[in-house]
Amino acid sequence: MMRSALPSRRDDGIAMCDLKAHLSRRSLLAAAVGLSGIPWLTTLAERLAMAEEARPRRRPRSLIILWMSGGPSQLETFDPHPGSRGAHASTRAIPTAARQVQIADTLPQVAEEMASIALVRSVVSKEGDHERAAYNLKTGFRPDPTLVHPSLGAILCHQLSDDVEIPRHISILPDPFPPRGGYLGGKYDAFQTFDPAQPIPDVRPPVDVRRAARRLDDLLTIVEPAFAQRRRADLTQRTLHTTSIDAARRMMSSEQLKALDVSAAPQSLRAAFGDTPFGRGCLAAVQLIEVGVRCVEVNLTGWDTHANNETLVRERCQILDPAFASLIRELKARDLLDTTLVLWAGEFGRTPRVNPAGGRDHWPHGFTVALAGGGIAGGRVVGETSPEADPQATDKLRFVRDPRNVEDLHATILHLMGVDFRQELRTPIGRPMVLSEGTVIQELLAS
Amino acid sequence: MWARNLLFLAVCGIGILWTVGTLSQPASRFVYFSGASPSGKPARSEGLPGTRRHRDQSWQHALAQLDAQFREAWAAAGLTPAPRADDLTIARRLSLALVGTIPSLEEIRALEAWPEDERLPRWVDHLLADRRYAEYWSERLARAYVGSEQGNIVLFRRRRFRLWLADALAKNMPYDELVRHLLADEGVWTGQPAVNFITATINPAGGNEPDPVRLAGRTARAFLGMRIDCLQCHDDKLGTIELGTADDPQGGTQAHFHELAAFFASAQISLVGVRDGQRPYLVKYQGDAQERKVAPRVPFGKEFFEGHGTRRAQLARWVTHPQNRAFARATVNRVWALLFGRPLVEPVDDIPLHGPWPVGLEFLADEFVRSGYDLARLIRLIAASAPMLRDSRADFPITQEHEAAWAVFPLSRLRPEQMAAALVQASWLKTIDGQAHVLQRLAMAGQIDQFVCRYGDLGDDESSDQASTIPQRLLLMNGELVKERTRPQPLVTATSRLAMLSRDPPRQVETAYLAVLTRRPTPTEKAHFVTRLFDVSPRQRGQALEDLYWTLVNSTEFSWNH
Repeated sequence: MMRSALPSRRDDGIAMCDLKAHLSRRSLLAAAVGLSGIPWLTTLAERLAMAEEARPRRRPRSLIILWMSGGPSQLETFDPHPGSRGAHASTRAIPTAARQVQIADTLPQVAEEMASIALVRSVVSKEGDHERAAYNLKTGFRPDPTLVHPSLGAILCHQLSDDVEIPRHISILPDPFPPRGGYLGGKYDAFQTFDPAQPIPDVRPPVDVRRAARRLDDLLTIVEPAFAQRRRADLTQRTLHTTSIDAARRMMSSEQLKALDVSAAPQSLRAAFGDTPFGRGCLAAVQLIEVGVRCVEVNLTGWDTHANNETLVRERCQILDPAFASLIRELKARDLLDTTLVLWAGEFGRTPRVNPAGGRDHWPHGFTVALAGGGIAGGRVVGETSPEADPQATDKLRFVRDPRNVEDLHATILHLMGVDFRQELRTPIGRPMVLSEGTVIQELLAS
Repeated sequence: MWARNLLFLAVCGIGILWTVGTLSQPASRFVYFSGASPSGKPARSEGLPGTRRHRDQSWQHALAQLDAQFREAWAAAGLTPAPRADDLTIARRLSLALVGTIPSLEEIRALEAWPEDERLPRWVDHLLADRRYAEYWSERLARAYVGSEQGNIVLFRRRRFRLWLADALAKNMPYDELVRHLLADEGVWTGQPAVNFITATINPAGGNEPDPVRLAGRTARAFLGMRIDCLQCHDDKLGTIELGTADDPQGGTQAHFHELAAFFASAQISLVGVRDGQRPYLVKYQGDAQERKVAPRVPFGKEFFEGHGTRRAQLARWVTHPQNRAFARATVNRVWALLFGRPLVEPVDDIPLHGPWPVGLEFLADEFVRSGYDLARLIRLIAASAPMLRDSRADFPITQEHEAAWAVFPLSRLRPEQMAAALVQASWLKTIDGQAHVLQRLAMAGQIDQFVCRYGDLGDDESSDQASTIPQRLLLMNGELVKERTRPQPLVTATSRLAMLSRDPPRQVETAYLAVLTRRPTPTEKAHFVTRLFDVSPRQRGQALEDLYWTLVNSTEFSWNH
């Protein structure tokens, strides 16, 4: 095992000082693993590091997930069938910047950016329950009671190294099922934060500097040594308690935290994203990607429209439209779109017929996911759903042309991130697991 | 928002009443303990029914044999066991394990007033009789039975299910009976809560019927200690699944899995809830071109299978049959894991059918069957065993081997719920149990949920053993709950109560240590923090106490079981 004595790098991937100029990526990765006390990942990390050196081509760095918690209706967003039996009377399809692609009139600004956005209109899954389906979409696997799979952001953080002082995996306005590290470890869980207009949770000491310093001093010089007496010599490696306190303190004093604050952004920019928590979250996501964060999830909730679908979805879209479109524009303006993949998805779509309450119910048998940037061929559409789709039919898949599975989306995203998704990791109990069981959706790749 | 304000006012109100009461009799009130003598005098053993009754001669005999097995194993491996831990350390472990939180100051005072030789047995009796035990364990077991998902709200009532479990635990229903209810009950999920075990697997995208595949996987893991889920799609390729008999072991096949699942195929949703109908079970095996009808058959132990009653009733009787050792082992391993924070066989639900098994497992499984599946008796046995009494410290170098063989008590990180409950308890001094005011318990439940969400719920992954993370440290260092629970809020938190009740810094420091870490400070610690308190004017002492509380809850010692 390559073990480096570098004190500068901790297992959480946070560098204490900037030594990267002196070190190759490979030794950094090895050092990170060597200090983590998780030997089962060593060879893998080394292999990865080698592969990394052998392949210098530019690859996408970051991922932004616009998570539509509740399951957004495909019919009033990206897959309208105006005039069909299941459509609302008010639904219109509008032309977009991508020739031959039409989307619903609820998203006029997004329509202007469609040249950068690709759609998969034929995503299918077997999960129709919110929690299970959210797990499925976020991890690329169906829930397995014997194992918790890591979400996309966790895989990226585990596979790629960074040197930022703030968490590399962040969830803004998380739903009840925030992205998790799963078998990779709790350190890959997303850091959860809320409306950027509010203070960032848990990073300000509740007392003045003098008292805060005294508290820590008492902890590290009096209480911790008392506990360590007559215990295992490797106590601190076992618990990582003081290590994580150090990292937490670095984060608390980091300038990079300002990326989560949007109040310093120009008023016109803030207005473009929309004066909403989700709009601010999207602007913060751009700023976070800019300082080097690997994966940001921004959640827009309220899509579970079992009743009154027409009005509710229109309201959601008024929040979504300016934020999503501005996100694409701003990433482009900052020259980040090529290196940032944007995924728009919820846990499933909605039934193709309207129920007696004017709502639509859960529908995993053909729904839409949108992708942009980061090597995605904008303006393309994969798959198609039939305007005649009937929720009562026994074979629901017959209304979907070219169905794609959730795991195929994951394979595609990991592939674009430069991650070998077919590699097998060993879970802590030694079970071999591939990162994704899907196949890359070739049509989505920009040459 | 309004509800929160009202709640706050109510909590303040309770605080005032309670403090007035406390001030009128300052010293004795600390010793007051529900169930013991309210006068504060040490209660004699006959004051607490049960201790003798629950620990008859056969129990004593079993304990001696169990301990002898461990001592022999340690000697054979050349491992020196750690010395016995002190009573308070053991009391903390047992409290965390059985009621999911640390002992209150009030409980500590009561415990110390008991005669030394009766302390731990009485402590275990006290915890098992506490409703918090039923509540905490019902959630742990529910996660094994139905997962942590909220599921389909129409057909699955998780809360009802958990309350039913809690009631069953509170009256110590024989465990085989409890499991038979889960596997075989018929009826509506609200009136017959055990059937939620079945309805939890209903997938709205899969025809709104219970899913035999998920039920088979859960049954195997939760009740047989076997992970055979991968057999759903293919025969065992890794050679890790052994079925058949000890003399004639067989590798796991797809048929083993689906024949087990076929027992559940008859469970259907009807107007009168879950009923057993005639639904055939169809599977397409790997390599087959067509589906075939699969008949139910148990994956091993055919000799004690009795074929009468509904299919699920047949399965339930087989699973809980005294000859079905896998059932007893699975239960013992899970109970052990809940008590120690680590199972005897890891992972908790993957125990080899034909061995080898670690020391203690076979013996405890025998005892469990012989006692008629008496869960409380099993808990009392493990709680009094030599491994539970070992210190986590020693004067010799402690290695991984010592922890693996239970020669020292292994360190394990507190579960998020334990962390949250311990934080709240540490700041109250008095026990927050079933007798605490409903608003106080409500406030606590809300705070705990919020904390657990940010600290990171483990979900179904109950025995996950992970090191601490940065967001967790941030939450403890700067988070709302810690801030609120350590701040000297007039009449509400321990810091202000300590500042008011005792003007004596040595006593304040000692009390803070007991309330947070369930121990007294070392001389160095005491000297240091007493100076801190003397260094400030009596007015600022509240602040200094708040700092002390912060320091203690941020220690490794607080967030780990030791």
